Amino acid sequence: MVTLHDRKFISADSDKCVGCQICEYACSFSHEKVFNAVKSRIRVVRARQIKNIAVTCRKCQEPACVAACPRDALSQSLETGNIIIDKDQCNGCGWCIEACDYGAMMMHPETKTVYVCDLCQYKPDGPQCVKWCPEEALTVVTSDVLAQKARLSAIKKLFQDKDET
Amino acid sequence: MFGYAGKILYVDLATGKTRTEKLSEETAKKYVGGIGLGMHLWLSNTKTRMDAFSPENPLVLALGPLSGTMFPTGGNGHAFISKSPATGGVAEAVAHGTFGTELKRAGYDAVVMTGKAEKPVYLFIDDDSVKLRDASHIWGRSPGEADDVIRDELGDYYIRVAAIGLAGEKLSKISGILNDKTHVAGRTGLGAVMGSKNLKAIAVRGTCDVAVAKPAEFLDLVQEFHERMKGPAAKKYRTLGSIESLSINNDLTCMPTNNYEMAHFMNADKISGEVLNEHFVIKIIACNSCAMRCEHEAIIREGAYKGTMTRLEYDNVWALGPNCGIDQPNFIIKAAERCYYYGLDATSTGVAISFLMDCHEKGLLSHEQLEGIDPHFGNANALVNLIEKIGKREGIGGILADGVKVAAETIGKNSAELAQHIKGLEVTGYDLRCLKTAALGAAVSFRGADHTRSGVLVLDLKGIVESLKAEVGRGKLVKEFEDVTNLLDSLMICKNAKGTFYGELVDIAKVYSITTGIEVTPEEMAVAGQRIQTLAKLINTRGGLTREDDTLPWKVMNKPVPDDGPAKGSVVTKEELDLLLDDYYQARGWTKQGLPTKTQLKELGLEAYADIVKED
Repeated sequence: MVTLHDRKFISADSDKCVGCQICEYACSFSHEKVFNAVKSRIRVVRARQIKNIAVTCRKCQEPACVAACPRDALSQSLETGNIIIDKDQCNGCGWCIEACDYGAMMMHPETKTVYVCDLCQYKPDGPQCVKWCPEEALTVVTSDVLAQKARLSAIKKLFQDKDET
Repeated sequence: MFGYAGKILYVDLATGKTRTEKLSEETAKKYVGGIGLGMHLWLSNTKTRMDAFSPENPLVLALGPLSGTMFPTGGNGHAFISKSPATGGVAEAVAHGTFGTELKRAGYDAVVMTGKAEKPVYLFIDDDSVKLRDASHIWGRSPGEADDVIRDELGDYYIRVAAIGLAGEKLSKISGILNDKTHVAGRTGLGAVMGSKNLKAIAVRGTCDVAVAKPAEFLDLVQEFHERMKGPAAKKYRTLGSIESLSINNDLTCMPTNNYEMAHFMNADKISGEVLNEHFVIKIIACNSCAMRCEHEAIIREGAYKGTMTRLEYDNVWALGPNCGIDQPNFIIKAAERCYYYGLDATSTGVAISFLMDCHEKGLLSHEQLEGIDPHFGNANALVNLIEKIGKREGIGGILADGVKVAAETIGKNSAELAQHIKGLEVTGYDLRCLKTAALGAAVSFRGADHTRSGVLVLDLKGIVESLKAEVGRGKLVKEFEDVTNLLDSLMICKNAKGTFYGELVDIAKVYSITTGIEVTPEEMAVAGQRIQTLAKLINTRGGLTREDDTLPWKVMNKPVPDDGPAKGSVVTKEELDLLLDDYYQARGWTKQGLPTKTQLKELGLEAYADIVKED
């Protein structure tokens, strides 16, 4: 079983994200062999022109989406932390969509069942959004790695400011 | 079909009735998409000459086969085609962003809008459901505000909107159609065409798949173009942005300053790409599908207009800055923001204001006409005030709101000599007196003064040809550049990404074939480029334009470059222009009058339009 510390998910650096939506194309193509943003498991939000970020599943511990499903259609993989959807059980009621704080659960326009990021687990070269992002804004991380990154960038900034003064 | 959606949507704005027609593979291949398909649809849906503001004038919105795919820049663009109220010929403008992507996913290659709505409306294309909705509550609002209100009331953040501002509503011939907040189909007065139809906005939501013929090869191609975009071909746009041109053009003494009174701006250092990037640019963002991102968002951190945010490019900075003698970044940024707010073409707006300043300095305006504004070159407050007046079509702004050609007719007294336009479209920021290949390109450009129609000015700027010389051979160069540009504008490739197509026709044919599965050769694509140019010529000819309109502004032909430097004294004489035009028409296989022959029309499959050129 993966512990909270080992869980991997995709994080977008909003300083680097330019809102190009290439991740959406890469995702829909990787999973569905078509270009269609409404079939992408990662979506880009542009709030004002200068605030851009891509959002997808954070593989939460005790995920709210799983807890919310009244039909036990959702479960979390003990091995990867991925949310597993039993398409036969899902009737598209949308409780999981409402429960997710990140908008990571989405309704498929054709099957009318929900779908979510699976970290491209069957792709040998890993998540396709990360591979294609031209700004290197997307990375596969654990929460520990994220915390380390934040610390490093804070310290770098601190010393940079010092150097300047 | 692959790449294409295979469907054209027709909307009658008077009745709200809609219908769709199939796009055949034959038509798709023949006209490619974008401006080519748009001009075909405009011509095939009109019969005679008409006023640009008549309800019968179709407003055509067209996409290319790459729209909605992952292909960088090609995925996101769209073109508007109509009859121009500014030139009387073809109205053509393209824009990027995300709007085109969404329209393709809604399942259309083009939308043909005719008629005039009784009251202000907006069109909502929601896949197969197409409806006109009341727009009285957003009439008068800026395009950006309209965008927010529409997405809010339809309850979907991802709906994409193209809208006009107050200027378009008031039929300003220098108004454009804006999408995704900062993207403008700006040139040739398309905003006014939309306004004349009482059409405030087009909102789109699409959920359909877009598929390509050869997915594996397509992805390899996308990867290759991503690499090219990260290389030298797009470095300028990725770093300082197109504003880098300001110092380059100024150093070459070919940056029109004070409405072409000079070709060099003394205070260029105050508004250089370096200065603007260091002190004002806060973030560079991207259009959908683009791997080179070039949209420089600037914010005023202190001083006048603190907090104002807008997009900066060479074009708007030049037009509102050096062209008006203005060196204060805060005012240029505010002026640029106001152009977006009112839905104005910033280039034409800047040239209209520089024209007024020129008229004022030469004493052609009365005290009453000026309404307390003192529009001398360098007056930054006057710049911002005048944009407000143009946007609202108030007082003297009403004289400028239809561009410099119309303004000169109102002002009279030799002011036409100061009106920097070709065919009624205002000039751009490259001094044509010392860039003579570009001068030919601008003279024959079907939409009027514009460097982007051929992009041939790169030959002058880089010294590949002698820029101060007019000689036989330039006609062929302009033709070849135009053909490539026509195709890129039909595939909806962004002009800033043009440099990544270094294989030109070979790259174009390859991208087209892999995407659509319709195998084409570079030679066939070249013919398509010529066909698209011919379509534009037919529209212009029907509009009454002749060889006389393939000309240059008075100052370009009569006022030599005054600044010290290699270009000093340069001007394009009538003899030089005639030599260049003859050479170009010959390269096109056109008559001395610049018209295609009947035989050529037949070869291009355009014989249905032979009656338009029956004069010769």
